[in-house]
Amino acid sequence: MEISFKNVDYTYQPNTPFEHKAIRNLSFKVASGTFVAIVGHTGSGKSTVIQHLNGLLTPTYGEVSIGDYKLTPEKKIKNIKDLRKRVGVVFQYPEHQLFEETIEKDIAFGPKNFGANEEAIKERIIEVMQSVNLPEQLLTRSPFDLSGGQMRRAAIAGVLAVDPEVLVLDEPTAGLDPRGQRDMMEMFYRLHHSKKLTTFLVTHSMEDALEYADHVIVLDKGTKFMEGKPSEVFLRQKELNEVQLDIPEVIKILFKVKEKLGISLSYKGQSTYDLACELKAALGGGSTNE
Amino acid sequence: MNNALIIGQYVPSNSFIHRLDPRTKIVIIFFFVIFVFFANSVASYGLLTLFSISSALATKIKLSFIIKGLTPVWILIIFTFILHLIVTKEGEVLFEVFSYPIFSGAVILGAAIALRFFLLILVTSLLTLTTTPIEITDAIEHILQPLNRIKFPVHELALMMSISLRFIPTLMQETEKISKAQASRGVDFKTGPMKDRIQAIVPLLVPLFISAFKRAEELAMAMEARGYQGGDGRTKLRELKIERRDWLTFFGFALVILSLFLTRS
Repeated sequence: MEISFKNVDYTYQPNTPFEHKAIRNLSFKVASGTFVAIVGHTGSGKSTVIQHLNGLLTPTYGEVSIGDYKLTPEKKIKNIKDLRKRVGVVFQYPEHQLFEETIEKDIAFGPKNFGANEEAIKERIIEVMQSVNLPEQLLTRSPFDLSGGQMRRAAIAGVLAVDPEVLVLDEPTAGLDPRGQRDMMEMFYRLHHSKKLTTFLVTHSMEDALEYADHVIVLDKGTKFMEGKPSEVFLRQKELNEVQLDIPEVIKILFKVKEKLGISLSYKGQSTYDLACELKAALGGGSTNE
Repeated sequence: MNNALIIGQYVPSNSFIHRLDPRTKIVIIFFFVIFVFFANSVASYGLLTLFSISSALATKIKLSFIIKGLTPVWILIIFTFILHLIVTKEGEVLFEVFSYPIFSGAVILGAAIALRFFLLILVTSLLTLTTTPIEITDAIEHILQPLNRIKFPVHELALMMSISLRFIPTLMQETEKISKAQASRGVDFKTGPMKDRIQAIVPLLVPLFISAFKRAEELAMAMEARGYQGGDGRTKLRELKIERRDWLTFFGFALVILSLFLTRS
């Protein structure tokens, strides 16, 4: 689904001493099927932005459109449930939302709320268990018997079971070990392509944003600071440092190489390994410089 | 929901009232609550109203914010007033509403009770508005200190209070987070038949209880790891100290009470 923000403001607890403007005058447009990364320092409004995507929040000013749904401050949309069916949100630490006696029931919870029939739900459960890489034997177990990583997968399966068209991920890899983080991101990337999803990823990892996203939105204090292709945005080191963001390792290497050795390599999305090979070639392969 | 009720909320500032020793505030409010019932003339009520409003102004919190925050209480106050109008039958008949006589005594009594009610709520909510929960528990622990002699576990009581107060906002946040997550999975907390809405609470309560128990366990572990073993010989990070402004406040309050008795009829 195509998603756009038009001059959106959102204020928490307006007209109280706790009034807090979380986003101001935010506009962007995302085409259907895009993998979007939203990055920004703590308190930059990332979480507020994603809560607009399925109507948990409605803008204080401006307009948010998600496909045919329009969120404006004036009127509430009636078919909000329909919107929530089509936009799945995986919140931070999604394992905290597990509550049923068995994993099977917990995964079925979402589809049931959205009115899917028993048989379709059964099929979906098998499918999503495969997607998140959990063995089917676990279905009858209590979610609270699982390990942390498995719990998270089960919770994500519960969101995927609804079969959303837009997937919103709020730091889905927080608190996982490096291997788990990698597996999790690969899984979302696979799903993004196989299901032709529009994906929003909120992340602190510039590496992930560079590797998976088609489009990066950099937020700072509730406003859009930068926007564009990751390979372009992340070359602007100085500006990113201004808003307390770092650049991905690979690009850092490029800059360092240029600074120390005077060799300028261009970034075309290569991996650290490929880059090392290029550097080796540029230095005249296998010389003493190695 | 967030701005409906301000009772129990703390609004940070650096006003005179904020800086007073919490014990001063608690003691004064304790006596204020008693002395409110001694007022019986227009002048004495006026005096107490003046005292409460000027204290409220001295907190530097917008008066409109406080008044609005007491909305649910207003409903209660108006309800008591109307109840008095209907039930009390003293004095002369002032006028009739739908041929039901309203007595002058009823208006006066109703107004007095409503005002008394308002003053009580206003002044007590000033305590929580200007004092952090931690300060309040510290003060209570101090004030209850004499009970230690009869082996009353004052420190443990204060600890329990401060822990539960400390975790109220955390639990509120947690509730909001989980309810948002479940709403995203299609739970409808706000509309639909009563039966469905009651059922919608289960996916909210189960995760909430689980995280509360986990948190409690972690807290106990962390406290033990740092060698916590109760109140004996424990020093305080924030020493409470009665300063000049506290004495001044006590003095001012004593003057108010004195004039209260002078203006009584």
